[in-house]
Amino acid sequence: MELEKFSYDNKIPKMFAIATVTWGVVGMLAGVLAAFQLAFPALNFNLEFTTFGRVRPVHTNAVIFAFVGNAIFTAVYYSMPRLLKTPMWSNALSKIHFWGWQLIIVAAAATLLAGFTTSKEYAELEWPIDIAITLIWVVFGINMMGTILTRRERHLYVAIWFYLGSWITVALLHIVNSFEMPVSGLKSYSWYAGVQDALVQWWYGHNAVFFLTTPFLGMMYYFLPKAANRPIYSYRLSIVHFWSLIFIYIWAGPHHLLYTALPEWAQSLGTALSVMLFYCPAGAVC
Amino acid sequence: MSILVITAIASLLIAGFFLAALIWSIKDGQYEDDYAPPNRILFDENNTKTNNQSTWS
Repeated sequence: MELEKFSYDNKIPKMFAIATVTWGVVGMLAGVLAAFQLAFPALNFNLEFTTFGRVRPVHTNAVIFAFVGNAIFTAVYYSMPRLLKTPMWSNALSKIHFWGWQLIIVAAAATLLAGFTTSKEYAELEWPIDIAITLIWVVFGINMMGTILTRRERHLYVAIWFYLGSWITVALLHIVNSFEMPVSGLKSYSWYAGVQDALVQWWYGHNAVFFLTTPFLGMMYYFLPKAANRPIYSYRLSIVHFWSLIFIYIWAGPHHLLYTALPEWAQSLGTALSVMLFYCPAGAVC
Repeated sequence: MSILVITAIASLLIAGFFLAALIWSIKDGQYEDDYAPPNRILFDENNTKTNNQSTWS
């Protein structure tokens, strides 16, 4: 039988890794500034661009979507070809993804500092950037699905399932929460009003935390065994972990709206589903 | 409170999609072997060291 040869492309993960560190430093410095502004108001510099109200969303967006986002992409572009024994499906899409995401980050920082905001926490970016995020996310998705479909390893390692779950869920949350009516180039109003806006906002907003954790769970199932050079203690448990998480995580948002105008049963349901997140790993052990 | 319906339907869509994926993965025999996959990921060290070249037969 002929020996097949192929190579892993480390260039894209390297680019994402550099971006991760760079945006990490920028985002955390913005956080330090915002924190000091709380104690020393003089640090607002009496300038509209450097007031706490604008620095804080720059900090949160930079850390979540620039720092953590690029870290996720680094890990996905590094581990996926190795887990599926095939290069990424399209090098062009990888590059579009990389540069598109960095452009979005720059545009986000610039518009936030200039005072353009939807005022929805973790979803402050105005509608043109929301559309750009959707497009780049689709590029990422096509590249990921293409790689999975052309894989040369039959078994889908559990990390791949976490990546898939994250991609689909983030896409849906971003699109539903970002429904807005544009009134000008950089101003829009949310499609939803009052408590309805609050619910969809926290349905999305809680899952901004999902963005921070879920892909990282998948990454831990790859990088931790690799670093320790021994398999995960129980692979069976990691599979149960994914399948229990994917069916209950998404509706945890209402626990951000306790004792508000949200109907009490919805508050209780959201809280129950949040508590179940603790229970399901325990249930898997028993 | 139409938003409750929207978020519920969106959540159920995801759940439905992954239910189908779960059934596929079980029927495909993805979980028949829970020993080889976690061990297999450890064996690509040679591939990364030799100038990013990987071989498999």
